Amino acid sequence: MIHSLFLINASGDIFLEKHWKSVVSRSVCDYFFEAQERATEPENVPPVIPTPHHYLISVLRHRIYFVAVIQSEVPPLFVIEFLHRVVDTFQDYFGVCTEAAIKDNVVVVYELLEEMLDNGFPLATESNILKELIKPPTILRTMVNTITGSTNVGEQLPTGQLSVVPWRRTGVKYTNNEAYFDVVEEIDAIIDKSGSTITAEIQGVIDACVKLTGMPDLTLSFMNPRLLDDVSFHPCVRFKRWEAERILSFIPPDGNFRLLSYHVSSQNLVAIPVYVKHNITFREGSSQGRFDLTLGPKQTMGKAVESVLVSSQLPRGVLNTNLNPSQGTYTFDPVTKLLTWDVGKINPQKLPSLKGTMSLQAGASKPDENPTINIQFKIQQMAISGLKVNRLDMYGEKYKPFKGIKYMTKAGKFQVRT
Amino acid sequence: MLDSNKDSLKLEAMKRIVAMIARGKNASDLFPAVVKNVACKNIEVKKLVYVYLVRYAEEQQDLALLSISTFQRGLKDPNQLIRASALRVLSSIRVTIIVPIMMLAIKEAASDMSPYVRKTAAHAIPKLYSLDPEQKDQLIEVIEKLLADKTTLVAGSVVMAFEEVCPERIDLIHKNYRKLCNLLIDVEEWGQVVIINMLTRYARTQFLNPNINESLLEEGGSGEKTFYGSDDEEDEDEEEKEKKAETAAMAKRKPYVMDPDHRLLLRNTKPLLQSRNAAVVMAVAQLYFHLAPKAEVGVIAKALVRLLRSHSEVQYVVLQNVATMTIKRRGMFEPYLKSFYIRSTDPTQIKVLKLEVLTNLANETNISTILREFQTYIKSMDKDFVAATIQAIGRCATNIGEVRDTCLNGLVQLLSNRDELVVAESVVVIKKLLQMQPEKHSDIIKHMAKLTDNIQVPMARASILWLIGEYCEHVPKIAPDVLRKMAKSFTNEEDIVKLQIINLAAKLYLTNSKQTKLLTQYVLNLAKYDQNYDIRDRARFIRQLIVPTEKSGALSKYAKKLFLALKPAPVLESPFKDRDHFQLGSLSHLLNAKAGGYQELPDWPEAAPDPSVRNVEVKESVPEWTKCSSREKRKEKKVEKPFYSDSEGESGPTESADSESDSGSGSESASGSEVSASGSESEESEEGSESEEEEQKDKKKTKKELKKPVQESESEQSSEEEERKHARKSKISKSESESESDEEDESESESSESESEDSESEAEVKKKKKAAESKPPCKPVKKENKKEKKEISLLDLDDFDPTPSPQVTPVNSFLSSSLVTDLEGLSLSDSVLAPATMAPSSALKSYELLHRITGEGLQVEFCFSRQPFSPDANMVAVQMHFTNNASADAKSLHMEDVKLQSGMRVREFPEIELLPAGETATAVMGIDFCDSTQAANFQLCTQTRKFFVSIQPPVGELMRPVFLTENEFKKEQGQLMGMNEITEKLTLDATCRNEHTIVQRVTAAANLSRVPCGSDKECSPPVPPPDHPVYRFAGRTVTSGSLVLVTVVTREEGAAQLTVNCEKMVIGTMLVKDILLALTQ
Repeated sequence: MIHSLFLINASGDIFLEKHWKSVVSRSVCDYFFEAQERATEPENVPPVIPTPHHYLISVLRHRIYFVAVIQSEVPPLFVIEFLHRVVDTFQDYFGVCTEAAIKDNVVVVYELLEEMLDNGFPLATESNILKELIKPPTILRTMVNTITGSTNVGEQLPTGQLSVVPWRRTGVKYTNNEAYFDVVEEIDAIIDKSGSTITAEIQGVIDACVKLTGMPDLTLSFMNPRLLDDVSFHPCVRFKRWEAERILSFIPPDGNFRLLSYHVSSQNLVAIPVYVKHNITFREGSSQGRFDLTLGPKQTMGKAVESVLVSSQLPRGVLNTNLNPSQGTYTFDPVTKLLTWDVGKINPQKLPSLKGTMSLQAGASKPDENPTINIQFKIQQMAISGLKVNRLDMYGEKYKPFKGIKYMTKAGKFQVRT
Repeated sequence: MLDSNKDSLKLEAMKRIVAMIARGKNASDLFPAVVKNVACKNIEVKKLVYVYLVRYAEEQQDLALLSISTFQRGLKDPNQLIRASALRVLSSIRVTIIVPIMMLAIKEAASDMSPYVRKTAAHAIPKLYSLDPEQKDQLIEVIEKLLADKTTLVAGSVVMAFEEVCPERIDLIHKNYRKLCNLLIDVEEWGQVVIINMLTRYARTQFLNPNINESLLEEGGSGEKTFYGSDDEEDEDEEEKEKKAETAAMAKRKPYVMDPDHRLLLRNTKPLLQSRNAAVVMAVAQLYFHLAPKAEVGVIAKALVRLLRSHSEVQYVVLQNVATMTIKRRGMFEPYLKSFYIRSTDPTQIKVLKLEVLTNLANETNISTILREFQTYIKSMDKDFVAATIQAIGRCATNIGEVRDTCLNGLVQLLSNRDELVVAESVVVIKKLLQMQPEKHSDIIKHMAKLTDNIQVPMARASILWLIGEYCEHVPKIAPDVLRKMAKSFTNEEDIVKLQIINLAAKLYLTNSKQTKLLTQYVLNLAKYDQNYDIRDRARFIRQLIVPTEKSGALSKYAKKLFLALKPAPVLESPFKDRDHFQLGSLSHLLNAKAGGYQELPDWPEAAPDPSVRNVEVKESVPEWTKCSSREKRKEKKVEKPFYSDSEGESGPTESADSESDSGSGSESASGSEVSASGSESEESEEGSESEEEEQKDKKKTKKELKKPVQESESEQSSEEEERKHARKSKISKSESESESDEEDESESESSESESEDSESEAEVKKKKKAAESKPPCKPVKKENKKEKKEISLLDLDDFDPTPSPQVTPVNSFLSSSLVTDLEGLSLSDSVLAPATMAPSSALKSYELLHRITGEGLQVEFCFSRQPFSPDANMVAVQMHFTNNASADAKSLHMEDVKLQSGMRVREFPEIELLPAGETATAVMGIDFCDSTQAANFQLCTQTRKFFVSIQPPVGELMRPVFLTENEFKKEQGQLMGMNEITEKLTLDATCRNEHTIVQRVTAAANLSRVPCGSDKECSPPVPPPDHPVYRFAGRTVTSGSLVLVTVVTREEGAAQLTVNCEKMVIGTMLVKDILLALTQ
């Protein structure tokens, strides 16, 4: 399966290598660099690159390429999914997954990789188990370690791997028992020129932060489970009960995890919470273009639209812009031609707008493409699909936990074509 | 620091060393110092030492041996985790000397109490295998034992080991199949992926195709069936039989009953579509795609669309697979059309793939929305993507006739686009579209002619010139003018443009020599002194051809025909068209090339193998690794036996190995033999079933002979039907007995008895089926389409005799080809002559097209005459032989309603006006199979009746022989290396070891010609013939003219190696199979 792993930073240096079978020379990465050169954008590097003796499968996260070397047939998604899991684990351990963080913790990284794969086949990828094997570095612990000389490797070997619930470690103890659930929904939409919706769908996740003592068994039920069209679960969720009763029943892992991600059935019309009025024109012959953008709330059920951020990739011919925002700040990068406008909160009484002119390259003909506008926003305390959690019950333990639920709606890939 | 007494110092040192390793620096000179610390008490130091050891042990084998004893001690530790980690490191050290120790450790661990240790043992198996493949047999034993393990922890790992060590031993899975299915949902996610992929392959060998009925109803035209069916001739044959069996049964019974085990697999994998792991979802999706009945495949679409929300790498892989699926099952993804709409923020490679999917999904109903989307895409800033969009529009236009004009207009508008790449791309696409209907669009050609002044992209310029040349009759005024301009700039053009200028000049010269004579001369003169030899050659060739001189040969007469022949319009096809022969989701599928270690997805079996093999599991798995400790001990003892004898025989075990084995071997008992007994038993039953099959074959043969009498009497038929009913009953009772044995834990002897009963009854059923199948229905068929379709499948190919010697040797046919074409031309005009010309073909394999019973007296056979089809060189000549056995005359025999895969063409045979009773007639038709083994379906019509028939070519008939010398052959072969080369080892049949038979068999299997070579006795008698003669054969595929090179190298004792080089890998693979079969039979 996975033969070796190389980490390559944005400038093309291999700064970490790990081999699970015999050593593969790092010259194999030359093929990768070749492909990288051919692809103009960093994200255009093909994920699978065949070379005469190996196959390179890479993912790009946090501007680091994780390149796995494969020697024989293996489902490519298997490798890709694993690499992403590695990145997630690093993030979990170090807070960020940057080159610096990895270099600083190179020993921990090595130990982690050693545990995650055996002979190229995934062994322990569950973060709860890994954390028992190798304790994540914290400032406090590093200090203690340097003074006392103790280690950050678990003193006892974990038993979780052997238990029936491999995702939960045993012997968890908290003084405050709490369970928080965040229902976060994202709207993916493409709005066309005239403001009508071409496609819109809602994707949601329920992220949980559970800090409960012992082995609690939770059930979570919804007011309107029919809304959920397509769901994927954390392995802890009992599928049978969901099928039969539409109830989420599970023994939670300890700490943060994603309980469920779902897709809201496409029959339901999606309420689009913002509208955009735009007027972007370039005139033939003149070196000026007009730019006029107004945002407004729509179907928000009385909730405020917050942290609005508009970004747009302007045509190459645009040299500079001279715009005037009614609120917030805007920036234009003349090199990448990226226009961003940090709007903040939309006030329904006074709609935010961005007006002004763009200066074009003199003499060049007018660009024939119109920029698309990407919008990000957040609406607190509302799930746009109307999904509601009914109740959360706990069995198996005696104490009374503190429970909390939060709803939020965000823009996913929200695009307005002009 | 490593020598220090303090752990903290040691730790610090080790950390630095590991950091060095991580950066790729060499730390091997520290080896002795590090190894000393392997026994260190501190866990972290120990771990880091392990890391170091695993990395460098291979380089310093001797020193690494020092650490072995520590691990051996670890293997005995009471803590399971220490045992496991010791085994893990021990097996990771790649030192050949310790292979026996590893083997011993694995065997011991495989029967450990702790499932975690057993899991580690499973992981160690592929490690040892890669270190020393010699150990395979012993390892298989261990795998077999571990496969029987009941814990979820072990299942994934052991299947992984199975896949790496012995994927071909599918028989090991039988007993564990149901258990694996049931455990699947609880296995960890990575294991799930591996198990699902393995089970897909397993199911392909063990169950019947659930779609068999549907595909029959669709005239076998639904790609999949025909594709798999055509893999090789024999298979096709069997497939036919299977179909026949199915349909014969279908006539009375309910269509198709899915094996309960097959259903179990589908049911148990479905919930995994909900997994958060994309790889698991993909694995289930491919399982459903390959195994599920059509109606159920739809469930995977939703899950796959969900994956599109994931990281872009995941999207990339998923979209590739979706693209393949959409070609086959368009309906599945249609509801999710909008999910494939493209966002400007997607990376280009994702955009292009989405475009591919959208194009595949386009049909009459949604084309307008899709085109509207495309329109916005054209305005994108990403030019590569715009170019891809234009291509996509072109494909939509070719596929959907209604929008062709709209698309064309849209593309023409794009010609005024400011971006040159866009214009160039549209020119190329327009050229392809225009080729389909050039008459209507001369104004577009004119418009494009004007563009030559502006466009600089060579490909586009070349396309325009070609268009003008090709259709110069439509634009008589402009064409010479364009040529004049081009002649002026000739020297500055790219090579590809220059070639087209020469072409244009030649074509104009032929049509309009008055105006262009001088220009042409000028261009040719310029070309004569060009730097590029292609251009010089072309100029010389054309000059000889078109300019009349006293020497100019016969060819110049045909110059006009040569240049202005009607060219077939190109087919714009999805690049994903033929990818589905790879298992979806696999690396090979993604790359569209076979990756190392890829296991072909087998075809469906012709008849379901005995399902009872999976029953054994019940008793086999009862003594499990449960708490029952006495059982545990017995098992442990069991393991020792094979190990002990092996290690003694093979290599002198080291001291420690000895001491270990002593402990176990003392208490060996009969339990070992128990295992072997049960093993052999199961083998026996397998053997039984095999012999059964053989028996069946015999039966079949006898039945075939019996056939005729059977046909005559209707009363017999009805009695047979009764029998069949009876058979069905017995089947039911069989399944009852099966379930009984499932539930009750019977004693071994009992269940095996019932088993044998099962298989007996099974055999009976099969007999009945065969009987039923060999009996064609006598009653005239009602004119329901459905029924008729069923009937065709009854036409069986096994009627023809495998004619041993085709007398037409390919070389012969090659030499005489021109003669034959002439004759054939005659035969077309006058069908009476035909039999005479076609005389040699009687020795060729003939296939039945229409049985005389089904055809109500009209019998039609066809064969591939292997002679060039004169009206169109790209077509395969099919010779049809009509016999009228009826009492009445058959009138106006002709064909109608030809249904073809895109790109295929048919030249119909001339209508036969009258076929008197008892007479025979022959006709030739041409089919362009487009180098695929897709069937051509059509209706054969007489005055009164219509018969649905289909012709499916064996791959060997898709080529024509070419003559190459040995040197040419080697040169061509050198260019077709790598992925275009397929090599197989084989053992020649005893009857075919001499030169004559080999050549004969190969040429019988494929239409190739022998390449004369040095080893050929005729050519070089003085040279003593080498011991291992090499036979070479060459040919070209009929449609695309790709070279097909076949080499057979013989060695001692009938061993031989077969190599096929072909640009078209599909053809190559299929050909290999065919020839293999021909040579080994």
